[in-house]
Amino acid sequence: MPVSHSVLIVAICAVCTFITRVIPFGLFRGNRKMPESVAKLAHLLPPAIIAVLVVYCLKGIPSQDMATNAVTLASVAVVVILHLWRKNTLLSIGAGTVFYMIALRLI
Amino acid sequence: MKKNNELTNTDLIRYAFRKSLPVLFGYVFLGIAFGILLEEAGYNFVWAFAISLFVFAGSMQFVLVSLLKEGASLLITALMTLFINSRHIFYGLSFVESFRKMERYYPYMIFSLTDETYSVLYSCRDDEEGQQQDHKAWFYIALLHQCYWILGSVIGALAGNLIPLDFTGIDFSMTALFVVILIDQIRGSKVYFPAATGAVCATLCLVIFGGDNFLLPALLTTAFTLFLKNSLNNSAKGSD
Repeated sequence: MPVSHSVLIVAICAVCTFITRVIPFGLFRGNRKMPESVAKLAHLLPPAIIAVLVVYCLKGIPSQDMATNAVTLASVAVVVILHLWRKNTLLSIGAGTVFYMIALRLI
Repeated sequence: MKKNNELTNTDLIRYAFRKSLPVLFGYVFLGIAFGILLEEAGYNFVWAFAISLFVFAGSMQFVLVSLLKEGASLLITALMTLFINSRHIFYGLSFVESFRKMERYYPYMIFSLTDETYSVLYSCRDDEEGQQQDHKAWFYIALLHQCYWILGSVIGALAGNLIPLDFTGIDFSMTALFVVILIDQIRGSKVYFPAATGAVCATLCLVIFGGDNFLLPALLTTAFTLFLKNSLNNSAKGSD
């Protein structure tokens, strides 16, 4: 594949990524204030989107074997328990990831 | 003379650095994973640097590696990017007012609004200390995040093959990051139904559409359900 095509792929990806980020700012520019219903929705959406992204990260579960699923779910449990207990983001992510990587090699 | 409550630039940077620390870990490691994959696909650290500089979108960059490897058409590239990053449309909604006040940082704030930057800024808005900060601290947070991401991806592309470690499973750090953010958000807002709505809609869409196609329908049904509940609440209040 010519290098120029690779450059174009990266450029298109960069432009389209920016488009998705700029859309809400373009829609409510200047005097056009956000309608109250949209403002309220914008307040409720964040935790909902993060919940969707958690499911997105776990989307492999239906197609994975049982042992990998058990490791994945156990690692999520490690993160949840650690975070509820110590409230330390780095610790929760670090320990959860290390646990996952080690457990994957043991099964 | 400075007023007591006025913060110096150093204070802002220090605050931004502290706020960005959780992402440092995740971005450097995910960045390394991206750099390794890119290098294996035949693209060196210059590509890793340029992609992380101009695209700056975590999960999308992993997809970009396979698009490059396959030599995908430009139309497919555009559609995939718009599709996968469509969730960013919802992120911006929370910051339309506050970013506009940031004047010359405004374009960069829009450009750099990744999943992680979004949630860190969101948590800054909620905590007491964050509310006392100049909005310029937000710019430093976003900038630091991108520096970590670039650093990780360049390290990955340069040295990934030299580090004698098997990195399988490092991608779990992304899952862990989102789980932690979710717990923090629920703890902060003390409202459960948005997160529950998202989880239920996403799980249903995953079952119906399958792993490769469910993200957009999941986001749309989640937004629609919340919008519906919101309007129902409003009309119930109106009839009182």
